[in-house]
Amino acid sequence: MSLETDPDRLEAGQIRGTTDAPPPAEDRSAGQGRGAGRKVLTYAVLIVLALIFISPLIFMVVTSFKTRAEAGAIPPSWIPNPFTTQAYETILNASGTPVLRWFGNSMLAALANAAIVVTTSALAAYALARMRFAGQRIVFGLIIATLFVPPVILIIPNYLIVGELGWLNTLLAVIVPTAASAFGVFFMRQFFLGIPVELEEAARLDGANQWQTFWRVVLPLSRPALATLALLSFLTNWNDFLWPIYVLFSPEIQTLPAGLSTLQSANAVRYDLLMAGAVVASVPVLVLFVFLQRYLIEGVARSGLKG
Amino acid sequence: MAASATPTGEEVQTPAAYEGTTSRRPTTHGRLTPWLFLAPYLTLFTVFVIAPIVYGAWISLHRYDYTLPGKPFVGLDNYLTLLRPGSITFDIFWDSMQATVIFTVTSVPLLLVIPLLVALVMNRSFPGRNVFRAVFFAPYVLGVAVVAVLWRYLLDRNIGLVNYYLDAIGLPGDIAWTTSVPAAWVALVGVTVWWTLGFNAVIYLAGLQDIPRELYESARVDGANGWQQFRHVTLPGLRPVLSFVTMVTIIASVNMFGQSYLMTEGGPGRATRTAIYQIAETGLRNYQMGSASAMSYVLTVFLMLLSLGVFWLFRERKG
Repeated sequence: MSLETDPDRLEAGQIRGTTDAPPPAEDRSAGQGRGAGRKVLTYAVLIVLALIFISPLIFMVVTSFKTRAEAGAIPPSWIPNPFTTQAYETILNASGTPVLRWFGNSMLAALANAAIVVTTSALAAYALARMRFAGQRIVFGLIIATLFVPPVILIIPNYLIVGELGWLNTLLAVIVPTAASAFGVFFMRQFFLGIPVELEEAARLDGANQWQTFWRVVLPLSRPALATLALLSFLTNWNDFLWPIYVLFSPEIQTLPAGLSTLQSANAVRYDLLMAGAVVASVPVLVLFVFLQRYLIEGVARSGLKG
Repeated sequence: MAASATPTGEEVQTPAAYEGTTSRRPTTHGRLTPWLFLAPYLTLFTVFVIAPIVYGAWISLHRYDYTLPGKPFVGLDNYLTLLRPGSITFDIFWDSMQATVIFTVTSVPLLLVIPLLVALVMNRSFPGRNVFRAVFFAPYVLGVAVVAVLWRYLLDRNIGLVNYYLDAIGLPGDIAWTTSVPAAWVALVGVTVWWTLGFNAVIYLAGLQDIPRELYESARVDGANGWQQFRHVTLPGLRPVLSFVTMVTIIASVNMFGQSYLMTEGGPGRATRTAIYQIAETGLRNYQMGSASAMSYVLTVFLMLLSLGVFWLFRERKG
């Protein structure tokens, strides 16, 4: 088979199983042997690259199951001997590093943030996509304009605003301010514009008001977009680093990334502990990624192209 | 069924609205309805985006210390200090700007070219392509904290994997990756490329798949070889994607923070302390918020000029 068959067609073939996707017609009769050679070479290069690429992550997991001595040993070993969960037990029980608490904080913050982003963005985007009102252009223009405002502008004043609200050193500080997502509104609006208006018109003729149309017709059709936005918001919030390390001070109120930096400064040479902490911080996003990677990658690609 | 926040009279408007507009969008709603839909978002947006933009400018005109009672108005003093050579603020700010420039100038070209190569390979059809795609994208879903802590270990001068394998293949194996320059820059840029390569590659890939195949076929008929096809079909076809990727990558590089904070702690000295890092430390550790706000506005002006430059570079050209 040629290396240059239609990628979309092959992709579709992979999803549905190749049986119902007829093999694309060979458009070049010559060069088939050369094609096979190139294929082998491409594979070899890709496999080597992929192994180098993924090995740091494998080593992170491997090290988290080593003893303290083995984690600092040269030559580095790729199979823990002895295999131990000591590092996890230590970080979960150490008084200065409440990792489980950090995990809970991060989970709560990321879920709450994603929920607020999805709700407020979808509502606002529907008004902007499907309603006509005075000031619409100004509102939309303002939201889009802030997509180009670098976040650095917001750091200092938002610290003061969060302080005025009494939210410093509380999870509200990492949940609410970042939920004002101009990207979310833009993303949902693009999706709503792609839904055929006829579906909503039918609902309206049946007597549904704007809210009912939105809730019963538009939202159910928007599940993929809502899920993608929720996923991206969750990831962003879960991984956020700069803001949490400055607005959360107490050990028990930190999120995992902030906690990980505490862990590093407290245990600069305990790499077994640091890798265990890193694994704990990675597990939720890697699990999400494994199950939803196709979805996530397409969400990123789509949002990128329309951005 | 008409129970909603919309005022009555809605029904009466309906037919007229359908006939009277050229748009196919339904326009029937009470005057309040759109604002009710917008209210939750606009509340957040006003308090945490619009107000801070204005508030930040106001803060930058004051000697603003969060912990002290008086916050005297100083006009443009905070800005002028940034422009007066010899002052402490001048040195720390422009050193950090220099660090930002070094990182941006070295990382952006790599993050434009390498992901493109990956995307070109991934755009070919072969079984298992999605697995490779996932492998290259996976590091991106990890946070900077995980990435930096992991690589600080791998780059440890004495017990790190990187020096061990460099030594094993006969290269110098005792490089102080995080505590000396320029090695620290190599480390920071390399880690960033490893971490974010997949993101750009995925966007390129989506762009590649939007280029019509017929263009390649007619180029082949005209006798174009692989390089010529790339030069005359792929690159022009990717232009909108390229400008987007360039912009996003520049902005991300200028905003580099976590890698430096966790891997090198801004060191050696302040060599790898970037502008964002300096602004955060000045404002949120030392509470010199007026000065930090002025820094952030200066950085923003730079970013905007840079963005204009990128727009200009990728503008539609005739011929």
